[in-house]
Amino acid sequence: MKKLHVNVSVNNNDLEFLCNPEDTLLDVLRNDLNLTGTKEGCSTGDCGACSVILDKKLVCSCLVLAAEVDGSDIDTIEGMAEENKLHVLQEKFLEHAALQCGICTPGILIAAKSLLEKNQNPTEKEVRYWLAGNLCRCTGYDKIIRAVLDAAREMRKDYGPNYS
Amino acid sequence: MDQITPKTTKEFKIVGTRPLRPDGIDKVTGKAMYGADLYAPNMLYGCLLRINEPHAFIESIDTSNAEQLSGVKSIVTFKDFIKINPDNKNNQILENCIANEKVLYDGHAVAAVAAVDLSTAKKALKLVKIKYKKLPFVITIEDAMKIGAPVVAIGKKNENIPDGYSDNVIQYCSFGHGNLEEGFKAAHKVIKRTFKTPSVHQGYIEPHACLASMSNDGKADLWCCTQGHFNVRSICSSIFKMDNSQLKVTASEIGGGFGGKTTVFIEPIALALSQKSGHPVKMVMSREDVFKATGPTVSSLVDVEVGMKKTGKITAARAIIRYEGGAFPNETYELGAQSAFAAYDLDAVKTEAFNVLTNRPTQAAYRAPGAPQSIYAVESVIDELCQFFNQDPLYVRILNAAKKGTKSSYGPTFDDIGLKATLEAAKNHPHYTSPLKENQGRGISCGFWFNFGGNTCVSLNINFDGTVGVVEGNPDIGGSRSSISQMAAEELGISLDKVKTVIADTNSLGHNDVTDGSRVTFSVGLATIKAAKAAKKELCKRASKLWGIDEDAVIWKDGYAHPAGANAGNQEPLSLEDIAKVSSQTGGPIAGHYEVNADGAGVSFGVHLVDIETDMETGHSKIIRYTVFQDAGKAIHPSYVEGQMQGGSVQGIGWALNEEYIYSSDGKLQNPGFLDYRIPVASDLPMIDPVILEIPNPGHPYGVRGVGETSIVPPLAAINNAVSRATGIRFTELPLSPPRVLKAILNKQ
Repeated sequence: MKKLHVNVSVNNNDLEFLCNPEDTLLDVLRNDLNLTGTKEGCSTGDCGACSVILDKKLVCSCLVLAAEVDGSDIDTIEGMAEENKLHVLQEKFLEHAALQCGICTPGILIAAKSLLEKNQNPTEKEVRYWLAGNLCRCTGYDKIIRAVLDAAREMRKDYGPNYS
Repeated sequence: MDQITPKTTKEFKIVGTRPLRPDGIDKVTGKAMYGADLYAPNMLYGCLLRINEPHAFIESIDTSNAEQLSGVKSIVTFKDFIKINPDNKNNQILENCIANEKVLYDGHAVAAVAAVDLSTAKKALKLVKIKYKKLPFVITIEDAMKIGAPVVAIGKKNENIPDGYSDNVIQYCSFGHGNLEEGFKAAHKVIKRTFKTPSVHQGYIEPHACLASMSNDGKADLWCCTQGHFNVRSICSSIFKMDNSQLKVTASEIGGGFGGKTTVFIEPIALALSQKSGHPVKMVMSREDVFKATGPTVSSLVDVEVGMKKTGKITAARAIIRYEGGAFPNETYELGAQSAFAAYDLDAVKTEAFNVLTNRPTQAAYRAPGAPQSIYAVESVIDELCQFFNQDPLYVRILNAAKKGTKSSYGPTFDDIGLKATLEAAKNHPHYTSPLKENQGRGISCGFWFNFGGNTCVSLNINFDGTVGVVEGNPDIGGSRSSISQMAAEELGISLDKVKTVIADTNSLGHNDVTDGSRVTFSVGLATIKAAKAAKKELCKRASKLWGIDEDAVIWKDGYAHPAGANAGNQEPLSLEDIAKVSSQTGGPIAGHYEVNADGAGVSFGVHLVDIETDMETGHSKIIRYTVFQDAGKAIHPSYVEGQMQGGSVQGIGWALNEEYIYSSDGKLQNPGFLDYRIPVASDLPMIDPVILEIPNPGHPYGVRGVGETSIVPPLAAINNAVSRATGIRFTELPLSPPRVLKAILNKQ
């Protein structure tokens, strides 16, 4: 079958790619755009390891067809740090030892970032429910939740009470 | 996050602190390379054809149509492996990767294809024609043990199996001491119950993945996610009749393992596809394949009988353990028997265990393999006895606890162990006396794991600029690079940022056993400290040369060589960097190394306290509070020790409340995905409070004990006891999922 031509902005870089109609966004990110920071854990939308932000919406990239994203903005883990400065969430994950093997970490960071963009002062319960779609088998989530809450605190401090 | 240290033996500067992990930035920015993240020029994609039957005889495999498909470069079946090496006929690991004469479980692979892309490879699989004859099958332990049951594999039965069992019962063992009859007679109450636990999967988020490349001269490179690349080399080089030196295995970063990545599933297949095609071949398992064809843990059927005096003293204890580990023999049943009563100092104890074959995927190690199932049964009966006598469950455990000098139920006599201190810490913790509300229950359980040492090899290189490279051979599965670097810096007396630890491939270092048995911080740490000591000896020698004094007139202290003794002189101390910078003038580069088959790992104990609230209308049980007490010997990086305690606890919580392999009556697995096989998610849980105790292990220079595995052991019984107390119903089967608990509640009403 003929390949489809797609234009997209990934981490603020304008890119184009050709894909098969059945290719997922995850396939293209990993196999064609060399962005292997987005991980594949299940391909059925159950584990969240492939989380990316698609036009400001948190999605599992394994559930999005690559051909659907023409004209979209996509944020992946590779775009989270600005130049050499880590995002507060990345810093806090390291500080709190919120990762062990690290395979779920890119997806959880992306999901947490998307939460903090919507809610600057989440409760523990809100963080737990927001991240319920991101499986982590190593940590028992304790240190992840602490890291996200601490990052939120830090970001409120950095940007002031009117930060939004 | 308390840390209780009953006694300290050594002052540390870097050990016991919480530095940022050295591989952290790569892992939070997406740079770290895991199993599926490597691509090679001219690479093919490999995939496996699996048969969805629990038991079948393979009559023929016709690959001719698939071979004709454009883009298909190689096809492999078991016959190819016999051509490579006739000894493969009896290779169980290989026969689990790809079926020989029979399909032994739902999802057993029978053929593999490599093609230019994944969709072509998948198309080719559909063109492979398999003729097979369905055979009768067995799924449960009870069915498999009965005389007349369909036999999974003929000729595996050991001679010591008692009469009255089918040929699926292949191995038997027993441990214990003392007079059981007298012991039970002396009891005021004897309780005997039968317990069941389901198969559960390790559930690592990264599916197995590898990239293999074999050249025409028989040399090969293999990249894979594994807990032990030296073991992968041993297994694969024996399958291919290769010299060890000709197969270089590089461990990728690993996305979880928990024991499940201690063997191979796709690596020999990828090598064979590469050999046949002349291309590099990449293989990545799907999640469904991970559930169906990689190792879950054993399922269990355990009888436990315990006699107790009304004072709480245990007079006798006995267990009969039956573990089913799929279609091939396993060692887990023996570990279950050995660990069952390890926490208790008993005069009369006996455990017997049976190893049973079924038509299920072959079990693989899962964190403290075999211990959670048997200890679940034991700790549940002890709790019921405590309730019967209205005795405090922690008091009873302290009264009967194993200690230094106890002859364990499995033979050895214990050295310094931290069980009693751990129980005392739980008793004195505010959690233990906090009030409970209606429909809430508090559960307690002890846990135990042996801990392993094993073959270990470390090189420590002093660079000319005074920095240090530690070369070790165990994949970093949860922060071990950090703890190894900390121990090296501590021993050398230099700052942590001068040390970098790397994990070598199989051609760059001697053999290292698998990252298992909670052995890495203990064994690799031990070898790193000894390698640093060797380097320090050489540093002192070089200083003596620079000073023109005797070698034994130099000592190493706080990162500096000092002259010592009356005639040594008053030279200014030399730092590691000072000596390293001029080392080419004093004899060349400086390095230390150490090789050992490490002993003295030191057993590990833990105690868990959990509060549960059970919804009497739905049967759903929610964890309200969870506290973990564990003896770490010495916590090198306390955050990662806590992480092991928390992570293991939550895996145990999943096992206790949700997780199970569900089979239909046709022998097929019904829930091979994360939607239907539900592991705990963030919203299911509260914070997990870890309390680290440090009772130094005499077998390690810094007192380290393995901490990785013990934490999965207690949750099963702790939760069972909590739900039983919350509902007033004694449960004897896991998981305590809402339907099971609700059914029991309704039956009681």
